[in-house]
Amino acid sequence: MLAFIVSRLLQAIPVMLTVSLISFAMFAYVGDPVTIMLGQDYTEAQREALVRELGLDQPFFVQFVEFLQNVLRGDFGISYRLGRPVADLILERLPATLELALTAALLALLVGVPLGVYTGLYRDSWLSRVFLTVSLIGVSLPTFLIGILLILVFAVILGWLPSFGRGETVTIGWWSTGLLTASGLKALILPAVTLGLYQMTLIMRLVRSEMLEVLRTDYIKFARARGLPDRIVHFGHALKNTLVPVITITGLQLGAIIAFAIVTETVFQWPGMGLLFIQAVANADIPIMAAYLMLIALLFVVINLIVDLLYYAVDPRLRSGLVASSGR
Amino acid sequence: MRTTLLAAAAALALAATFASAEARTIRWSAAGDPNTMDPHSQNLGTVTKILNQIYEPLILRTRDLGLEPGLATAWRQLEPTRWRFELRRGVKFHNGNDFNADDVVFSIERALAPTSNYGIFVDTVQSAVKVDDFTVDVVTKIPDPILPNKLASVYIMDREWSEANNVRQPQNTRAREETHTVRNTNGTGPFRLTIREPDVRTVMVRNDQWWGWNVPGNDSNITEIVYRPIASDATRIAALLSGEVDFVMDPPLQDLERLKRAPNITVLEGPEVRTLFFAMDVKRDELLYSSVKGKNPFKDLRVRQALYHAIDIEAIRTRVMRGQAIVTGTLFPPQVNGYAKEWDKRLPFDPARARALLAEAGYPQGFEVTLDCPNNRYINDEQICQAVAAMWTRVGVNTRLNAMPLAQFFPKIQREDTSIYLLGWGVPTLDALYSIQSLLATRDGRPGNGIWNYGNYSNPRMDALVETIKNESDPEKRNAAIAEAMRIYHEDVPHIPLHHQMIPWAMRANITMPHMANNQPYMRWARVN
Repeated sequence: MLAFIVSRLLQAIPVMLTVSLISFAMFAYVGDPVTIMLGQDYTEAQREALVRELGLDQPFFVQFVEFLQNVLRGDFGISYRLGRPVADLILERLPATLELALTAALLALLVGVPLGVYTGLYRDSWLSRVFLTVSLIGVSLPTFLIGILLILVFAVILGWLPSFGRGETVTIGWWSTGLLTASGLKALILPAVTLGLYQMTLIMRLVRSEMLEVLRTDYIKFARARGLPDRIVHFGHALKNTLVPVITITGLQLGAIIAFAIVTETVFQWPGMGLLFIQAVANADIPIMAAYLMLIALLFVVINLIVDLLYYAVDPRLRSGLVASSGR
Repeated sequence: MRTTLLAAAAALALAATFASAEARTIRWSAAGDPNTMDPHSQNLGTVTKILNQIYEPLILRTRDLGLEPGLATAWRQLEPTRWRFELRRGVKFHNGNDFNADDVVFSIERALAPTSNYGIFVDTVQSAVKVDDFTVDVVTKIPDPILPNKLASVYIMDREWSEANNVRQPQNTRAREETHTVRNTNGTGPFRLTIREPDVRTVMVRNDQWWGWNVPGNDSNITEIVYRPIASDATRIAALLSGEVDFVMDPPLQDLERLKRAPNITVLEGPEVRTLFFAMDVKRDELLYSSVKGKNPFKDLRVRQALYHAIDIEAIRTRVMRGQAIVTGTLFPPQVNGYAKEWDKRLPFDPARARALLAEAGYPQGFEVTLDCPNNRYINDEQICQAVAAMWTRVGVNTRLNAMPLAQFFPKIQREDTSIYLLGWGVPTLDALYSIQSLLATRDGRPGNGIWNYGNYSNPRMDALVETIKNESDPEKRNAAIAEAMRIYHEDVPHIPLHHQMIPWAMRANITMPHMANNQPYMRWARVN
C-alpha cells in the first residue's frame, strides 16, 4: 500500500516537470507584460531597463531553470500586474475557489445520486422523464449562459440573491470563509449551482445507467428471490456496485470543477483563483499563470491518487488481489 | 452633574443617529481594478480614477478640464525656464502630517525617478527647488509653457511617510517583495483609503478635514465610496439594474438603449479625449504584409487618400459605434489646447474617387494588405476594423484582418512589425504637443519624439513645428504652429482618422455627478440623493 503511494508520487514528478515546461514555453506566445506595465508613454531606454529587470532578455532555458530553482524554494515571484508575491495572492484566493468548488461538488453528488437512483428504479414514471429532460439542459447549455440566466432571474427580476461577489467574509487564520455569514451563504448559491449543474446531470445520468445495468444482473434477481426488502436490494446491493465508475468520474470532475471554475468565477466576479488566472492572462502576468498551472497539475495528480485509493475501499476484488500478491 | 451627563449622552445618541441618517455610500463598478495604489507607478485610467479621490496634484482640473488651484494657490512663469508655485497653507495629509514645500520637491523628484510611469508629465523638469516652506520653484531644461497642465497629473505625497515606509522610489518590479504603496496611501484629498482588497473591493471614506470642502462647487454629500470591479459586462449591468451598484463607468454599447429605457437608471453621454485612427508604414521600401513587391504603396499619397475616401464613417458611427462616436478629420478632439476647427475636416466618403486614385497610383487591380487591430483595448475596436476591412476590400484593397488582444498587439506594433494598424490616442496633458510630438515627430531617439510613430512618418516641416510648439511661450504663435501642424496632417494624410470615442456612464437615477471627458469621475462633485 505504502509502496503504491510512493510509486504514484514518484510518477507525479515527471508530470509536474512536463507541465511546468509546457506552460513556460507557452508564455512566449501570451504577449509582452512589459508594454502593459509601462503604459502609454515610455522611452526605449525605460523599456530595455524593465526587460532586464524582469530577466526577460535571458535565453528561454536560463529563465526556466531560474524559475524552477525559485519554485523549489517556494518562491513563485512577484505578480507583474499587482506587485505582490504570487504565493500570497494564490493563498488569498484559494479559500474562495475551494469553498465554491466543494459546495458545487457536494451539490452535484447529493442531488445527482438520488436522482440517478430514482430515475433508474422508476425509469418509466413521468417524474423520471421530467428529470431527464431537465438534465439535458444542464448538459447542453454552456456555463456562462446558465450563470447569466440565473443572475437575470434571481438577482435582477426577483432580487433575492446577489449577482456578484462573495458577500461578507470571516477570516479564520489565513482562511477567509463566506460560509459563516448570511450574505456569504446567499452569495454562494448562484455560483455553486452554476458550477455544479453540469456535474450533477452527469452524475445523475451515470448512476441511472449503471443502476439499469446492475438491476438486470443475476445477483439482484437472487437477492429478490431471497425475499430481501427493496431498500436493501436497491441501496445495499445495487447502488454499491454502481459506485466504482461514479467515484472515478466524481473525482476527476472535482479537479475539473476547480480548474474550470474560471468561467463561473468570471461571470460572478467570484474572487477566486480562476478570476486571478483570467486577469493574469489578459495582462500577460506570467508568474501568476505559471504558478496557477503548476497548482492545477498538482491538484489533478493528488485527486487521481485519492481516487485510486478509494477504489480499494469500495472494490473488495482489488483488496484481495493486493493481499494475494503481497502474500506470494 | 448627572443631568448634564445624561443630556450629553442623549446629545451624543442624537448626533449618532443624525450621522447614520446622513451616511451616504456610493457603490461604483467598472471592468478593471487598479493594479496599484502607488501615485507614480502606473499612469493608467484604472489607477488614477481611484487615486484622484485620495491624492491631489498642485493644480486641479475643473469640470470642463480647465485648471484651478489645488495644493498650489497660485503659479506664474518667473522666467522662461522657471515656474513659481505658491502652496496652500494648513493642509494636512490623511495621517495628520503637515503639507509643505518639502513634500512637493520630494514628489516631483519621485515622479522623475527611473521607475516612475509619470515621466511624460515632468519631461522638461530640471529640478524642483524649495524657496521657503510654502513656495517652490520648478526649473525646466527648456522653456515649458504648459508645465501647469502637466503638473495637474502629478500627485503629491508626504515625504516623511514615504521615507518611513521605504517608498522613496515608485514601486519597482525587481524587488521581490511587496512595496508599501501597493496597498497603502497617504494623500491630502477629499477621501481616504480604508480597505484595499485587490480585485474585490476598495473602500474610501470622506476626509472631513479636506481643505476643499469650503470651496464652492465641491458639494458632494458622499461619506463612503465602495469600488468593486466586475469583469463580466453582463454581470456588471445586472448588478446596476438590481441595485447592487450605483454607478457603472463602462456600460457596453449594446446595453445602452435598454439602460436608457430603464426607469431608475440615468445614462450620461459625453466625449472622451481619445481619438482612433489608422497609421501605416510609410518608410519601408516594401511592406511586410502586402502583395505588392518591390515598392511600398503607402508611400504614395494617392493610396493613403484612396483608403481615406473608401471609409463610410457614418456607417461606423451609427452601426458599429451605435452613435457613441464623434467623427473627426484630425488627431485630437476640441477639448485639447491648440485645436483649430478649420482643419478638422475629413476627406469625403467616395468609393469611386478611391478607385480612381488607386488606378492613378498604379494599382488599378488594387492590392492585398494585412490590418493589425487590438480586440480588447478600445470600444468595439475589432468591429471597427472588420467594417473598415470590408470597405477597403470593396474598392480593391483586399484587407486581411489580424485582430489580437492588447498584450500581443502592442508588442507587435512596437517592433514596427506591421503595415497598417488601428490606434487610439488619449491626451492626458490636454495640450496638442503631446499628440503631435508622440505621433508625428520623426523617430530620432530624442525623448518623446515619435515614441508612438510606428509607421515612421517623417516630415522636416512637422519636426520644426514640434520644436516651435515645445519652446514657444507666446500662446498665439504657439497655437498658429499647432494649426499649421493640423493643416499638414490634413494634407499629408499620415493617418486615416476615424472618430473621438464617446464614454457613456450609467448610474442609478438618485446619483448626480458631472461627466468628465478624461473618463475620471471626481467624487467631490457627486451626490447621492
